[in-house]
Amino acid sequence: MTTRLSVTTVKVLDQDEALDFYVNKLGLEKGQDIRNGPFRWLTVRFPGEPNVEIFLEKPGPPVHDEATAEQLRELITKGAMGSLVFETDDARGLYETLKARGVTDFTQEPTDHFYGTDMGIRDPFGNAIRILQPARNPQKVTA
Amino acid sequence: MSRDAEDLNRRLLRARDAMDRAYAEPLDVRAVAAVAHISEAHFSRTFRAVFGETPHRYLQRRRVERSMFLLRETNRSVTDICLDVGFTSLGTFSRTFRQIVGETPSGYRAGHEPMAAPNCFQLAATRPWAAARGTPQSSRFGEATAAAAP
Repeated sequence: MTTRLSVTTVKVLDQDEALDFYVNKLGLEKGQDIRNGPFRWLTVRFPGEPNVEIFLEKPGPPVHDEATAEQLRELITKGAMGSLVFETDDARGLYETLKARGVTDFTQEPTDHFYGTDMGIRDPFGNAIRILQPARNPQKVTA
Repeated sequence: MSRDAEDLNRRLLRARDAMDRAYAEPLDVRAVAAVAHISEAHFSRTFRAVFGETPHRYLQRRRVERSMFLLRETNRSVTDICLDVGFTSLGTFSRTFRQIVGETPSGYRAGHEPMAAPNCFQLAATRPWAAARGTPQSSRFGEATAAAAP
């Protein structure tokens, strides 16, 4: 049996720029940073959540040939490479904090739903990130 | 693909996000093209080359998707919903809705109940797609002429 998620991957164009965004803008912390030639195993994680890491992967050798890396970069910048969902305890406060930190790529301002308040942003490369403040007492839906 | 093309994609995605965000407002091609830092003359053709449909059609699908949400989830009148999602004429709304969804707004409402799924899922899963393959329509976004160019 598999038991839990420990690492997921976000493909980025530039690992240093990604690290700055995920750490200094969104508030994650740097996890592992191990280099082996052109390959750099760079992860971020939430403080207090050491068991779930996000690998900030830059397409290219030795994992991808250059043509494949080009295709991946094209898809990343079209916003077609999937998305992350984070949680927050204060969506509207976070929205103001992100704006103050110079984040401009909001796909959705904080919006209330029956399951909580969510908002949407993109990372500097085009990856979609949704951030949810779960409702304290989720409304039971029977539809 | 060069860094220039990646940068172009990223700017076009930003313009597409702007349409997703401001669909209810009266958008014109100049304003959306400005988000991408692309000239009005080239914007529609470039957007279509990257995303497979004209920005006008993308915006229509966004507005129709939001109208489908409001038809399912609220009791607002079709006319109010038409205006809520950025259409200025009920005739254009009804025609566009029928063309994209395949039934009238009131017919759609009668056949669909509220959907208990997170909004982000609904946004993606219920975005109508069929007419995206069709011939671009003439519009105030003006890409009909751009799309006709080689």
